[in-house]
Amino acid sequence: MATFGSFCLLIALVLAAYNLLAGAVALRLIATGQPARISPERLADTARRAGIAGFVAVTGAAFALIYSVFTNDFSITYILEHSNRALPIPYKFAALWSGQEGSLLLWAWLLGTYGFVLRLTHKTDVKLYSYAGTILAGVQVFFLSVLVFAAPPFALLPGYVAGVTPVPADGNGLNPLLQYPEMVIHPPMLYLGYVGFSVPFAFALGALMMRYPGEKWIRITRIWTMVTWLFLTCGIFLGMHWAYAVLGWGGYWGWDPVENASFMPWLTGTAFLHSVMMQERKGMMKSWNVWLIFSTFLLTMLGTLLTRAGLVSSVHAFAQSSIGTWFIVFMGIVLGICIFTYILQRGHLKTEHHMESLVSRESSFLFNNLVLLTACFVILWGTLFPIISEYVQGTKVTVGAPFYNRVAVPIGLFLVFLTGVGPLLPWRSSSFKAIKRNFVLPIIALWVTVIVCLAVGVRPWKDGALDTGSFYAVVAFSVAAAVLTAITAEFLRGAGVISRQTGRNLLSATWLLTRRNTRRYGGYIIHIGVVVVVIGLAGSAFNRSTESEMGLHSQMSIGPYTLVCTGFTQDSNSNYNSDYAVLDVQQGDKKVFQMTPERRFYLASGQPQTMVAIHSVPEWDLYVVYEGTNPDTGQPIIKAFLNPLVGWIWFGLVIIVFGTFIALVPNLSPATAVVRVPVTKAPPMTPALKGGD
Amino acid sequence: MVLRRLRAFKFWKRAVEASALVVVICLSMGADTPSSRQNTLSHQLMCQCGCAQLLGECDHVGCPDRDKELSELMTDIAANMTDEQVMDEFVAKYGATVLAAPTMKGFDLVAWVAPFAVFAAALLGTILLIRRWGGLGFERRAHATGTVAQTADPAEQERLDRVRRETDA
Repeated sequence: MATFGSFCLLIALVLAAYNLLAGAVALRLIATGQPARISPERLADTARRAGIAGFVAVTGAAFALIYSVFTNDFSITYILEHSNRALPIPYKFAALWSGQEGSLLLWAWLLGTYGFVLRLTHKTDVKLYSYAGTILAGVQVFFLSVLVFAAPPFALLPGYVAGVTPVPADGNGLNPLLQYPEMVIHPPMLYLGYVGFSVPFAFALGALMMRYPGEKWIRITRIWTMVTWLFLTCGIFLGMHWAYAVLGWGGYWGWDPVENASFMPWLTGTAFLHSVMMQERKGMMKSWNVWLIFSTFLLTMLGTLLTRAGLVSSVHAFAQSSIGTWFIVFMGIVLGICIFTYILQRGHLKTEHHMESLVSRESSFLFNNLVLLTACFVILWGTLFPIISEYVQGTKVTVGAPFYNRVAVPIGLFLVFLTGVGPLLPWRSSSFKAIKRNFVLPIIALWVTVIVCLAVGVRPWKDGALDTGSFYAVVAFSVAAAVLTAITAEFLRGAGVISRQTGRNLLSATWLLTRRNTRRYGGYIIHIGVVVVVIGLAGSAFNRSTESEMGLHSQMSIGPYTLVCTGFTQDSNSNYNSDYAVLDVQQGDKKVFQMTPERRFYLASGQPQTMVAIHSVPEWDLYVVYEGTNPDTGQPIIKAFLNPLVGWIWFGLVIIVFGTFIALVPNLSPATAVVRVPVTKAPPMTPALKGGD
Repeated sequence: MVLRRLRAFKFWKRAVEASALVVVICLSMGADTPSSRQNTLSHQLMCQCGCAQLLGECDHVGCPDRDKELSELMTDIAANMTDEQVMDEFVAKYGATVLAAPTMKGFDLVAWVAPFAVFAAALLGTILLIRRWGGLGFERRAHATGTVAQTADPAEQERLDRVRRETDA
């Protein structure tokens, strides 16, 4: 199977190279109109078919790797290092992306899949799709080259000769951190997002090369971009939940370089989704949009470079190797092509309108983009600063959570503020009266929330000094309340009009309003989801934790709960041995539920791993970790956290997903009816009505 | 017109007054909660066991460094050292990477200043750009220079229109 897999990769590389070269020649011939022995259209079609065949070949390679995992073919180095016989079936799939070579193969396969769909739907616009397909083939050539020459997933054990050298009896197993249900879906989801941005990138570059009308390619790629954005969003949140449930430190976001790498393209992608509306509606920000999608694509590459090439250290960079040079060269080539094409065709990107007012919907989009890009810069800067510092000062520094909390959090809060302000501003310009009318309710909601926060005991100041966490929490809750009020008012305003016109109740009118303009109101629902997430994030300012050794019948109190240890138990299977603590959770004297935090010891890798017990209610999560046993006393150590509002983060994601689906649904067609007009004798036309000047 | 401006002024005056009042309330509340310097400082230092976690969040049982660092921190606090002295001592002992964030001195200051400088420059640039466009007015400028808003080349415009027509669903 290793030979088959390697052969598939080689064939896929040849096909992708043909797709790139034949496609480029054909498009060049079409563009210049030069006579050729073969019809350029037919040549372009052969290139397209090669792309489709390439997808089949990469699928074959991915299948070969999965097959090798399931058949425990430990003659392949990758399988030996990332799997073992006792690994449960779902995690056998996870082995595909648990290492460097496998994750690159997953990338190539997903790119092939996107390309396959794109090439099948080429009739939407044959020429533009040819450009996009050829550019995607270029990206595919890069990944397949890395897979064939630098990081081969089917490499055999050093010195292995089939039938002569003995094959190891068992593998080293999958990293215990990855043996968690979310790890089966989180990486593919994230990769679907990463890779997916290649498609709008290819369309943008292709459209620029062929001087295609800007808003047209945006319209064509809108669904691609939104679906990709959704995948990336879900991937990031699943990663957060995995970090929360597995790493056992009570948090979900640690500003680790791997996390940052996924967040940066999300920020630029989000900016792109907003600013394309300006281009579609007003013909503005054309250059900006092109560069946003170029940057997003380059950031997906940079993220891979940062975390996979060992440039920055990360707590969960599972796969590192020396493929950095490949990525740097590729990014250089892509950037060069982007700059060259932009300079050559920039005349095509002239704006059709300019902004007329500082206080308008257009300017709010611009500021939204500005803040998103600043946030992206902050994260990139923080991620790269240790390298820069080492280069300049000769000493490496750490840029951790305190830096991001001080710099990125205020920017994020400003962004949430803009989320509420933007939709309240009319297009073109705004009068003071309109601003006052739209903003009164949100401002009232903002200040009422501030007062309520203070009344319930949230103190933004401690010992005469600013308590940053509590202060940000108060600001976040207040701004969230204002934004929710603003969005709700928008819904109610529209629904009220429909309700008056049609006699429907308000709920039904709201649904009809949403169906009539799914993009706009789907967007508002996404904003609600973001606000709910922000509320959940703000809750972290009030996290509490306690830790103690717990013998039988020992007690530990946190918040309203008392944890009583009622027993310990052990279990084992072929993959791991585990220790459980059985904890009764009481409120007052009454037992309300039981928790069983677990600590596993994986046999193949010889590594321990905690499995956190979480009890989630809307107010908070009770989060209990079995940290292990004290080597001196032999007593188990239990750490408990009370994390307020964490559930809101995951609920916010559900709203975001719902809103995105709504935004993807086509608008309801306007209702039409034939109105019969009584026939009357038309008056004789006056000369003025006959036309002419 | 004057009346409208006066009303606008009154509105913003009230908004500013309300904001100031809340800030004063914030300041007057809260000075009664006891703080934990150890907790605060342990979240500004990194654990040295290689886990890449903050000292105050390191959750490794049997971590060779966490308890040692925390006890050193407690000793420093008990010796009435200022936060800066504590940090300096840790840097002298473990190197600059023990700090969870760059300092506010020397080249490290660039880490803090750059994001705000970039944001301020971009914000200023954007505001100036919008004001320039808004101040002159695009319509007027188009008339003044005789340029056409979309494209000056009729052939190019025709090509764009054709592609738009062709791709309209």
